Amino acid sequence: MHADHTGRTEAAAEGEVARELLTKSRAETAFAGQEPILEVRDLVKHYPLTQGILIKKQVGAVKAVDGISFDLRAGETLGIVGESGCGKSTVARMLVNLERPTAGQIKYKGEDITTMSGRALKAVRRNIQMVFQDPYTSLNPRMTVGDIIGEPYEIHPEVAPKGDRRKKVQDLLDVVGLNPEYINRYPHQFSGGQRQRIGIARGLALQPEIIVADEPVSALDVSVQAQVVNLLDRLQSEFNLSYVFIAHDLSIVRHISDRVGVMYLGRMAEIGTDIQIYDHATHPYTQALLSAVPVPDPEARTKRDRIILAGDVPSPANPPSGCRFRTRCWKAQERCALEVPELAVPAVFRLESGPAHHDSACHFAEERVVVPPSD
Amino acid sequence: MLLEVRDLHVEFHTRDGVAKAVNGVNYSVAEGETLAVLGESGSGKSVTAQAVMGILDMPPGKISSGEILFKDQDLLKLKGEERRKIRGQEMAMIFQDALSSLNPVLSVGEQIGELFTVHRGMSRKDAKAKAVELMDRVRIPAAKERVGQYPHQFSGGMRQRIMIAMALALEPSLIIADEPTTALDVTVQAQVMDLLAELQRELNMGLILITHDLGVVADVADKIAVMYAGRIVETSPVHEIYKAPAHPYTKGLLQSIPRLDQKGQELYAIKGLPPNLLRIPPGCAFNPRCPMAQDVCRTDVPPLAQVSETRQSACHFWKETLDAR
Repeated sequence: MHADHTGRTEAAAEGEVARELLTKSRAETAFAGQEPILEVRDLVKHYPLTQGILIKKQVGAVKAVDGISFDLRAGETLGIVGESGCGKSTVARMLVNLERPTAGQIKYKGEDITTMSGRALKAVRRNIQMVFQDPYTSLNPRMTVGDIIGEPYEIHPEVAPKGDRRKKVQDLLDVVGLNPEYINRYPHQFSGGQRQRIGIARGLALQPEIIVADEPVSALDVSVQAQVVNLLDRLQSEFNLSYVFIAHDLSIVRHISDRVGVMYLGRMAEIGTDIQIYDHATHPYTQALLSAVPVPDPEARTKRDRIILAGDVPSPANPPSGCRFRTRCWKAQERCALEVPELAVPAVFRLESGPAHHDSACHFAEERVVVPPSD
Repeated sequence: MLLEVRDLHVEFHTRDGVAKAVNGVNYSVAEGETLAVLGESGSGKSVTAQAVMGILDMPPGKISSGEILFKDQDLLKLKGEERRKIRGQEMAMIFQDALSSLNPVLSVGEQIGELFTVHRGMSRKDAKAKAVELMDRVRIPAAKERVGQYPHQFSGGMRQRIMIAMALALEPSLIIADEPTTALDVTVQAQVMDLLAELQRELNMGLILITHDLGVVADVADKIAVMYAGRIVETSPVHEIYKAPAHPYTKGLLQSIPRLDQKGQELYAIKGLPPNLLRIPPGCAFNPRCPMAQDVCRTDVPPLAQVSETRQSACHFWKETLDAR
């Protein structure tokens, strides 16, 4: 299922067979055996760094995304978490074809969309829509809500014939919980949460199968966040949508996701079901990330095992050799600088059938309880 | 008491009318104590802090009544020069966005050092040495080499450390931190909050932490004041409020955050939106969104009732809220 771009070993293939026999959480039972709707393989995006004005010469590259692979099945939510600069938004932009990958494939129902153009691409784009982070800048202030939500129909008129559009837009407003009479209002007349609903309605307009949501609730107030998360949940079951949900808030990602991938500096550090990642993380970065999340329980102050990482994330223009996390990792050894750890079930857990058995790109993977179970 | 805010009212005169941003806020901070002021955008938490700090834009802002007692002296009665002396030397503020709070054309060393040349009359050379010392103290690696660098050459976490260094420079007795870690990544946020808490203990400062993040509050605060529509709706020592909130708004907030340690079903959502400050609903401002609202809530503003010796709640039905756990 997954292959690091350094290549797949036999052991990894074995682990894969073993995993297929395992059925543990909802994600594994409900979606196993289903054909993935989206297959991402060894996705790479490098932005060239140039020097010189007249004669431009490439002096290096910002390795924003450097070999990412994952699958998405119909009706499933894949959460992608990571800190700023880890490449999660670049992945989102490549999924909706706003950005062309440097290498790798994105297969939608078996067909690679990265090489498509013209009519074929247009047809695929209809099925993969995006919801953006900032509801203040992603809506044109000079267009009415009706025009914003109806604009996709200008590009794909086959979805809604002209006479039908107003009705369609009003239905969409109703679906996302806004008053259909607001159709002639402008974005500034709405609050942040309402604007995000407008953005979601626009994403739904073309009846897509996949919605890529890049930090859809992080700009919203706490009391409004829950409303929007619930809306996304409801829409998913209503329209059988698949979500790629990108966020830095680990609690919200757990709430909404069936599976979660953790990114660090352009690579996937660990990927698995929500139970595997949150309760049985084996990658030190995931453990540090989880332990750093402030938990709304003052009693946990003393109970928790806090891992405070030293330093900042290195620059993606000049990432560390071997394992990218090694410069901040307390377990790092010489091997980590020399060998890139591949994303596979670590050898120590290969024969185990418990939840620690999942893909983790670490030479020294081990379990560590960082989030004490609440009572 | 180090700082006591008494019945503070702040309004903004806008073209559309008077926006009542702060409507009778009371809170206090002692030396070495951390008070978390929790609220959503528009709740008045930052405006209160700006009034305390004396950096409120007036006009359009106006402090219509109230007292701000700092070491038993009413700051609102002080003249400009006296006020300025207290601000900067005795109290300091840390802002959310370090990049826009720092001057992009001055090196960080000059910006930190400026505090010493202006307030302490030091020479530029001594001030620079002090700047290096402070950068060391907030654990910026290679402080000596980096003192001449400019803000854009630092990462977000490092810039926030520089802000903390500047706030601590003159060893104030009160620090107001307005969403100090909101713009930072989780792992960096943990570093910065740890540093802030440690320095606070060391210098025995009072800290007012303004935030919307219930997790950060639980991690560092001693007591908490929850604000809604310009009023404090609940105050409590931090441990009790998480166990048993005494105001429906606090309760709703606590229920609406997803948990890291469990995958819940549908999230509880507080219905509706925070009120427009130009048209705050009569009675309890929270009544249109409150699941417990009765007729009295729509007519009478609930007073801050004493729930226990250390707790207060501005709800007509705080008893029922406490019991209905």
